[in-house]
This record gives sequence, structure tokens and C-alpha cells, in this order.
Amino acid sequence: MNRTDSPPERLAGEPPCATRRDTLRFCAGALVGMAAGLGQTAIAAEPARARPQPGDRLVAADAEGTPTPLRLADVSAEGKPLMAVPFDAATGTVRDGSRLNKLLLLRLDPAAMEPSASKHAIEGVIAFSAVCTHQGCNITEFNAEKGLLLCFCHFSQFRPAAGGERVAGPAPRRLPMLPLKLDGDVLVVADGFTSRPGATL
Amino acid sequence: MKTRKTWITALLAVAPLAAQAALPAYAPVTDARLATPESRNWLSYRGNYAGWGYSPLKQITSDNVGKLTLAWSYATGMKEGHQSPPMVNNGYMYITTPNNQVIAFEAATGKELWRYQKSIPEELMQLHPTNRGVALYGDRLYLATTDANLVALDAKTGEALWVKAVADWRKGYYMTLAPLAAKGKIMVGSSGGEYGIRGFVAAFDAETGEEAWRTYTIPAPGEPGGETWPGDTYKHGGGSVWITGNYDPDTGIAYWGVGNAGPWMPDTRAGDNLYANSTLALDVDTGKLKGYHQYHHNDAWDWDEVSAPLLIDLEHGGRKVKSLVHAGRNGYLWMLERSNGPIGFVDAWPYVTQNVFKSVDKKTGRPTYDPAHTPGTDKTVSFCPSLWGGKDWPPEAYNPQTGLLYIPANNNLCSELTGEPTKYSEGELYIGVALDNILTNVRMGDAARKHVGEVQAWNLKTGKKVWTHTYAEMNWGPLLTTGGNLVFGGGTNDRKFRAFDASTGKVLWEYPASSGVIGVPSSFEVDGEQYIAVQAGWGVDAQRMQGAFDAVLPHKTVVPQGGTVMVFKLAR
Repeated sequence: MNRTDSPPERLAGEPPCATRRDTLRFCAGALVGMAAGLGQTAIAAEPARARPQPGDRLVAADAEGTPTPLRLADVSAEGKPLMAVPFDAATGTVRDGSRLNKLLLLRLDPAAMEPSASKHAIEGVIAFSAVCTHQGCNITEFNAEKGLLLCFCHFSQFRPAAGGERVAGPAPRRLPMLPLKLDGDVLVVADGFTSRPGATL
Repeated sequence: MKTRKTWITALLAVAPLAAQAALPAYAPVTDARLATPESRNWLSYRGNYAGWGYSPLKQITSDNVGKLTLAWSYATGMKEGHQSPPMVNNGYMYITTPNNQVIAFEAATGKELWRYQKSIPEELMQLHPTNRGVALYGDRLYLATTDANLVALDAKTGEALWVKAVADWRKGYYMTLAPLAAKGKIMVGSSGGEYGIRGFVAAFDAETGEEAWRTYTIPAPGEPGGETWPGDTYKHGGGSVWITGNYDPDTGIAYWGVGNAGPWMPDTRAGDNLYANSTLALDVDTGKLKGYHQYHHNDAWDWDEVSAPLLIDLEHGGRKVKSLVHAGRNGYLWMLERSNGPIGFVDAWPYVTQNVFKSVDKKTGRPTYDPAHTPGTDKTVSFCPSLWGGKDWPPEAYNPQTGLLYIPANNNLCSELTGEPTKYSEGELYIGVALDNILTNVRMGDAARKHVGEVQAWNLKTGKKVWTHTYAEMNWGPLLTTGGNLVFGGGTNDRKFRAFDASTGKVLWEYPASSGVIGVPSSFEVDGEQYIAVQAGWGVDAQRMQGAFDAVLPHKTVVPQGGTVMVFKLAR
């Protein structure tokens, strides 16, 4: 006899739209959902929680104020990763409503990239899901000397030049990539994630 | 004749059912049973409210343990840390696994009765994918989950009766402990100090799930202790509670261990930072703080003091002491004194190499620190024991027959940390040390390269160590001790589960498990036969320490993952 229950997504008694930011995000989504009678689909359809879409721009994850799309030159050639989230410029929606949208941008030597990586990169800039495929922890560390991304939680390591291939640790699969292109010098999402972002349970 | 025929017919009709129903009716778990548990059962996290990890059963002894053999085993289908004790109530066994799973068995045979799994939110980040067991109370089980919910299950069927959100996992709250059940309440605490949570212990009505009280481990301004936190630092001050409290039914007081203050660097929150790194005495009826002892103030070393102290009545220094005993992550063995409220200090001494405390006040137990071994922002400092401490979460055990306390220790190990400025962001790591530094924090001198892991046995009357068993590398093995003069524990990266002579420390038996054994062992009896039960399933902090060892040692060690329940008995 197997039993499975879905978790409550919010604290009991907590209003679903506790802050102004939530109000804009969650309540807007809920209204759409109620109108359509779609339940969970409403949350998935909420623009701020939707996965990156082709044509989205990227903005720095810690940026405040008016969103400014990232340009090629914003990604350091020093090997320092830049944390980012997708941005729908048409509606002004920053898609930071889901942590599965967290992105890690790197600039690598294009000559050192394997085809599995270079086909999704643009002029050496490549975007990965910043959520480990093991238990869903944030990936923020890049060891430029070894050319490896590192997960703090359980030591999984990924090689970005090999398309996010797992090289060590318990993660069962590579990091998803987010294909990029350019509009002038502005970074633009070319396609959806190459695989599902998040933990593999 | 007719009567006899009817009786036979009835018997035949019942026979198939009887063959299936080998188990008796489920026996509700009462306060009285938890206060004086039957030796045949293992009704709570450590087997009794005092937290001893002791089974009085003595069919398996130091003379015959060499004949111990596997009775049954079961693959849980999960990876990562399997840490819960197999809990047994009159032939029913319950274990938990990572990913919010409970499995019920027929304890003697391993037959699965039911399985429950609460789904994991897609966005949940599991820093510590583990669970340390259920609470048994009435005819229900209670599970605390990594998405910070408390779940009540029907013990007989596994049906979820209610699910109560305890805290918001999006803000970094998560739960891995076995709840504590007493006086109609189910008590839990929350992990998440690494994410800047504000720790608490909360109690819920066992019947309805309604919250009865919530006591924060980090006081707000205006509350007693609030003055030990500057500005708003208390809001993200950590003080997580991730190990089950112990309980004194005579006073109605539960004793909980509290984790370290956050973020890690002490200059970011100048002050004592009550009640981080403390043990708290909480009234189970009201949650009122009746007493506390802070093992060390203004923590700088990630030394959670989260293991609850063991309640042991003993003679020490020529007088009877109702003691609270705690092998601190800070490397000192603490003896405190409980009462109907305040906690007194009795004595403390180092049980592993410790270079931070310059002194411990004889009256209050307050330590002074060596600044050369106290980390801070923009400082690089080494200290011993390591950030995992002399003993991390794996519980000690106390055997009233031998009068000895057994400690699963890590000795000779040191850390080096460089503090960095950090900024709080909801749901993100809030530590103040570069992640790469944490991964490579271990410092091993000559002593550590000879051995690190230990099982220590201490005579608490004299304060003398009676025996030590050493391991080349780490020990993450929770301990069980029994009336058969035995101590059981795993915890090593060679996957062995061992039995020691409780009096001498001699290894009498060992079993190579399918994975490293970091589960809490238990013992029980069914139909007159004693069993020893434990889960194998390496992961979480044991694996994290293994990674840190791999970074500094010339060799790397692979410990396979995957959970297995193992139940042993004597070969016939």
C-alpha cells in the first residue's frame, strides 16, 4: 500500500499574497487561474514563474531598480560567474518567481569548448541552470583553474566546457544549458532549457 | 455434534486470516509507556525519554555476539543519509528515509506493511537530505519533513490524517529530526541556520495538529536574552533545532539542544547571542523557558550544540546529581544539573584536542577564548576541533549496567576558516565563509593522520576515560548500548557495523554493510528473540567530511550510497 500526499505550498493561515511583490506575481497568476479554472496550471502560467522563453533577455540576479538587460561585456572574462534570471522585456516581467529559473553565466574560451557546449553559447558566453541536478542546491562557485562548477551542498562538480557534464559527486545528470544568441550585444534566450532544471529525486 | 461441526467450520474460516495476521492488534503508545518503555520495544528516538540509547535486553551478550547473523534486510530505494532508528512497538517496525518516506514492517520478518511518501516541492533545496525518525504516540506516527511540515499518520495503515505546515521552506526552514511526543503534544524544531532562519521549538496538539506553542531559540529585543543581539541580527540569528529533545516526566520539562548562531563570523553579531549553542529547559505544557545553559557564547566555529543532553542520575564529586550530560561539538564533555527549572553547571573537560578555550569558569561553566583561534571577518584562523566538532549529531549512549557513557568522537582534527562579509537574502546561504573554503577547511596534523574517529567510554562518577577504540578516518556512527554488555555502532567509511564489549572496548563482531552505517541502531524482541536493527545509507555530513578528507589526503575513498534496513539476530 503506497500513499503519497502533495504538500501545502504555503503556510496555513498565511495570506497567499503577503507582500506587494507577491501580490503582483501570485495574485495575478491566481486570478488568471481562477478565471480559467485551472488550479496548479495557474501557477505554471504565471509569467514570473514560467521557465525562460525564446526572446527573453537576462538580468543580474541581484539587480535592483529598473531591469537592465545584460550585454556580452557584462560577463567577465576573468572566470567569475554571473548569476542571472530571465527577463521578458515585452511585459517587463523578471522571471524570478521560481528558483528553478536561476542562471549562471560564464565566459569561456570558445576554442576550449566541446561542440555540446559551443552550440548553445555565443562568443564564449554560456548559460547554465544554477540549480544542482542532485538535491536542488544553488550552484554559484566556479573554479577557473580546474574549469569546474561546484555544488556546495554535496560536492557535485560539472564541466561547463563539456556542456555541463557531471565529472564528480552524487549528481546523476549534467547541468541544463540555456541556449543563447545576441541581439546587437544584448544576450537573448535562443531556446528553452536543454533539459529539466532542478533536483533529480 | 452440531456444535463441534460449527466450531470446526468457524476455525477453518478463520485459519487463513490467522496465518496472515501474525501481528497482534496495534498497542497505542501512551505517556506511561514512553516514560517506562518495555524492554522488548523501541518506542522513541533514543529508546527512552532520558536519551540513553540503551536496551535492557540481554539475550545477545558479549559472550555470544560473534554468532550474530542477518535475519532480514530491505533496500529502501533511496540514496543519501539514512539516519533514523528502526522503531518497534509490539512487532510493528517503522523506519524513515530521505525524501520524506516512512516504511512500516513486520519487525520479525521484514514483510512490508505499508509505505508513505510525502512529495518534495520541485523547488526545494535539500542541504541535508535525511530524516531521523518518527514519533510514536497513541495509534499514530508523526513525521517532520524537509519541506517543514508535520504529518500525522495512522500507524496501522499509513494513511495521512493531517499535514501541518510548521514553517516556510522557501525561507530556508526544513526539518530532519524525529518529533518528541509527551503530554498530548508533538514537539519539533527546525533546521536552516545556514539560511539565516530564526530557530524555534514548536508544539502541536497530537489529535488535531493545532499549534499549542512556539518558543524561539533566538529572543527578540525586549525578551530575556534579546539584549545579546545587536540591532536586527536576531531575525536571522540561526539557533536551529534539528535533534530530538529529551524529557523528564517528573518535572514536565523537555531539554533541547540549540545550534550555532548565524552567520558564522562572530563580529557580525557582537554579544553572547543567547540561546544559540545552548541547551534549553522548556515546559512541555506551555513552551515557557524554565532554564538554559549556554555551552559557549558568540560562536565562531559552526559548533552547533544541537544534541540534547542525556538525563542521568549519578554520583559525582561525592554527591548525587540529577545530571544533564552532553558531549559538546565544542570538544568539551559537559555535566550540568537539572531541577524543576534552572540548569546548573557541574563540570566540563575536553574529550578531544581543543585549542580554543583558555579556561572554563568553575562556577558558571562560561569559557574564555584564545583570540588566535577565534575566526572573524577578514581573518584566517585555524582551530581544533574542526567545524564538525568533537562530536556532531550522532548520539552518545549511556549504559546503567556499566555506568559508562559512550561517545562517537572525531579527534585530532582541525579547521581553517577565512571570514568574509555576507548579506542576507531570503532562502540563500547566509554563512560568511567562501564555499570553497568550507569544502577545504580540514587541517590534519600528524596525530590526525594516525587516527581521527574514536569510540570513547567515560566513567561519569570519576570523570575518567575507561577505554578508547580508534579508527583511521572519521566516525559518524550513532551508538546503541545493551544489557548484554555491548555497544553497537557504525560510522566509518569502510561500511562496517560493529559490536564492542561495553566494559573493555574490544571489537567482538563486525558486519560489512552495503553502504556506510550512519543510522541510529535499536534493539527489540519478538517472540522471545532479541534483534539488533540499523540502517545503512551513507550521505549528508559524513559524505561531506569524506569530501573534505579527499581534498587533503593522498587517497580518495568511495563510499557507496543507497539505504538498507538490516536486522540481526543470533544464529540458531
